[in-house]
Amino acid sequence: MSRIASADEYGYRIAKRQVVPVVTTILACTTDLLPIVMEQPLIPDFAFLVLVAWRLLRPEIWSAQMALPLGLFNDLVSGHPIGQSMALWTACFLAFDLIDSRVGWRDYWLDWLFASLAIVFYAFGSWYVAHMMGARIEMAIMVPQILLSLLAYPFVARLILALDRWRLSR
Amino acid sequence: MASPSTRRTGFSRRAQYGLFLGYVLAVAGILFAILLLVIAAVDPRGFSALKGAALDVTTPVASGGRSVVGFFTGIGDSIGNYFMAGSQNADLKREVAQNRRKLIEAQATALENKRLKALLKVRDAEMDEVTTARIVGSSFDSLRRLGTLTAGSSEGVEVGQAVRGPDGLIGRVIERGRWASRVLLVTDTASRVPVRLVRDGTPAMAVGHGDGTIDLNTLEVGENPFRRGDILVTSGTGGLFPPGIPVALVVRAERERTVATPIADPGEIDFAMVLPIYQAGADEPLAEPGEPKAGPR
Repeated sequence: MSRIASADEYGYRIAKRQVVPVVTTILACTTDLLPIVMEQPLIPDFAFLVLVAWRLLRPEIWSAQMALPLGLFNDLVSGHPIGQSMALWTACFLAFDLIDSRVGWRDYWLDWLFASLAIVFYAFGSWYVAHMMGARIEMAIMVPQILLSLLAYPFVARLILALDRWRLSR
Repeated sequence: MASPSTRRTGFSRRAQYGLFLGYVLAVAGILFAILLLVIAAVDPRGFSALKGAALDVTTPVASGGRSVVGFFTGIGDSIGNYFMAGSQNADLKREVAQNRRKLIEAQATALENKRLKALLKVRDAEMDEVTTARIVGSSFDSLRRLGTLTAGSSEGVEVGQAVRGPDGLIGRVIERGRWASRVLLVTDTASRVPVRLVRDGTPAMAVGHGDGTIDLNTLEVGENPFRRGDILVTSGTGGLFPPGIPVALVVRAERERTVATPIADPGEIDFAMVLPIYQAGADEPLAEPGEPKAGPR
């Protein structure tokens, strides 16, 4: 194998770099289609965790408006009222942009902190949307799911990191 | 990690405007999404075509793996059964004897019921099920409790129809596509089912609590009429749910609050039956006083 990439190989690499984050997020959205019937909200929303992990790891791959189509897809697949993920995800991206412009550096713990803030914001946003749609949910019911999401974030971030290395590998 | 340099546009006016335009788009997108939410709140059936189509596309994926999950869910039970075989056997024998007695009582009651109904010339509306389908998924990672059913408008499913399993009520249809529909489970906080106590007929409202339990709200103020172990069935009030479907089993009755669990666990049910709306005209406005209209029963 020559050390100089052919045109095909080059195109494949470019495509891989651009497509992997979007495809992994879409796959995370489709975890909602798994045939699991739960009577209690416990399992974290992996679509949001994957999205936040990509955004915090690679701020340059997506601009804020990229969250709109991804959110629309998530709403359609998981049966949320249309607009819920669109609004909440884009608001999160804008907040992250603001954080990036104000905070000079981020490390692992700060990433986790920002992700935690985003998770809590997302949970309360979903609560408010459910409230709008006529579902009166007690706050206490949300707590286990939020805690599990906070604990699941480092694992998802690890996974995304591995995917990112594969994405950028030659 | 150092702050990313790509966000800094430097002195290029074009790049600055581009970034600014991106933010304008994002904010406009948020406002648009909020508008969509408000529309959905005001008119829940607003985007039914779009949501129905999305359901149709995604449901086949879910239905493929249902049996696998049933297998894994069953493993825990099987192991438990193996260890508890002795005591379980004794329990089951006692239960069989008890059930036999109850069956005879029930047969007698049914006979008496038939005789009395004939006497009163009351006939039940014929209740044939619309279709039988499978529950293949749920919104397991969201706050809402919604299930996915593998039957849609092509099988005659309509929004509002009740869905029941072999044990009891599961919920009602809130969205439907051509081949799939979404069911609002009785445990969702937006679900309200008029029920009555089997023991003495006390009417109540079964409201989902969001964590797999059901709150029972009595219609009258006073002492809590529920006791642990009470069973509630649909009352047929409101005309949506057919009467007599088991809904909830009381597990805890306190002074202020009564907690019940749904009798039908959608996690274990494979097949569910869609029932027609009990009295379709019940939620329509009353006829003008001048012209009496023959309503359904």
